[in-house]
Amino acid sequence: MFGIVGWGAYVPRYRIKTEEIARVWGKDPKTISKGLGIVEKSVPDLDEDTITISVEAARNALARAGIDPKDIGSVYIGSESHPYVVKPSGTVVAQALGCAPELMVADLEFACKAGTAGMQIVLAQVTAGMVKYGLAIGADTSQGRPGDALEYSAAAGGAAFIIGPKPAVVIEDTYSYTTDTPDFWRREGQDYPKHGARFTGKPAYFKHVINATYGLLEKVGRDVSEYDYVVFHMPNAKFPIKAMKHFKIPKEKYLPGLVVTKIGNCYSGSSLLGLSAVLDIAEPGQKILLTSFGSGAGSDSFSLLVKDKILDVQNKAPKTRDYIEKNKEYIDYGMYVKLRKKLKI
Amino acid sequence: MVHRSSVPMHWRLYESRYNLVGNKCLVCGEFFYPSKIVCPNCRRRGILKRVVFSGKGKIYSYTIIRNAPRGFEKYAPYVVAIIELDEGPRVMGWIVDSKISDIKIGQRVSVVFRKIYEDGKEGLIHYGFKFRVIDENNQLRD
Repeated sequence: MFGIVGWGAYVPRYRIKTEEIARVWGKDPKTISKGLGIVEKSVPDLDEDTITISVEAARNALARAGIDPKDIGSVYIGSESHPYVVKPSGTVVAQALGCAPELMVADLEFACKAGTAGMQIVLAQVTAGMVKYGLAIGADTSQGRPGDALEYSAAAGGAAFIIGPKPAVVIEDTYSYTTDTPDFWRREGQDYPKHGARFTGKPAYFKHVINATYGLLEKVGRDVSEYDYVVFHMPNAKFPIKAMKHFKIPKEKYLPGLVVTKIGNCYSGSSLLGLSAVLDIAEPGQKILLTSFGSGAGSDSFSLLVKDKILDVQNKAPKTRDYIEKNKEYIDYGMYVKLRKKLKI
Repeated sequence: MVHRSSVPMHWRLYESRYNLVGNKCLVCGEFFYPSKIVCPNCRRRGILKRVVFSGKGKIYSYTIIRNAPRGFEKYAPYVVAIIELDEGPRVMGWIVDSKISDIKIGQRVSVVFRKIYEDGKEGLIHYGFKFRVIDENNQLRD
């Protein structure tokens, strides 16, 4: 029986409101904010990147797990904003956490679902007995071209999960659904991604999220109504809510994990921050369904069962909602341009 | 930005830059950061043990940098402080994630992991510790 031993979140403190971005580009703020369901999004400071976010989230996960970092046998970081093209983020993170040198490390990329891909790899390694514990992280400082629709949602944050024996949350099963769907991409050397506008919806997000979720439910032989919390990837609030309605999932089961409204889409960290927000409040015996989505495209679905041990670890690190609600500072578009290095001097 | 350090020089400092790692003399009980090779109190009778500090402490003194040196202009104004760790040693570091008005002598702080500087667009990114203000219960501030 393997699963999540410790989890941790991190979200930078700067926020920019959707209406401030809309003001600059001459759009109607209410239409944009209502359409996307995003009130504000997180913005990383000048000295923050995927590596620093990963270290902060992973330190929180270690605090909850209460294990010796040397027992972590693998570190996988999923992101589409690794600071180096060549030199793994995981090497710095593992060194900073005290896991090095006897471990496996690799950086992963699968748009917004690379973090859950890391969880599956680590779960397989732990189950096979290759490692005692493994660390999977989803983190991003995502990019949006100035004036593009993505600029309203592309945000920064991440979550980390230590997977191993005697877990606080059992990973009962996982299922993936992957096709070649060109809904969103970024070519080598390009600063910003391109996307297929409306094409990102039905043939990409909904097809993969819904099929992966059905696939998992069939695999575990359970009805979706048996789950206490459901988290879907959150490119905006509109898409996951529409997918929740497809499965007839009531609000009280998905609102605790719907973090996108206050921090935007943290890409590889998005669905995982939703999961960490749910784990912060989950009670023993509850079941959680998680389905990520990564453009390109694919979805990973997980069935989770909360154990009694969760009560011992929930308060050992800052909660996800603490990072979302506390100590935040609002910035204007000028400061946003500076912090996101959009200004070339 | 110019290259500020050689790659090997940076690499040798990973342990004490990534984490607050120092040592403690088991004879006199004093903590040291950075690590000492010999206890200055006990000399050859001292027994030094590696210690990872909790990362929590209080501001002993600070200054606000408004005219930043080359390479750090974009960060100005920023705060550099001397932090007295809970275990005793004083270390120097930036205070980030905090309003300048919240920064006071005696204020509780906690360590965070941040970029320290970048050797231009093609060079290494150097990481290390900085600090942020926390409340009296060691929690994130409201």
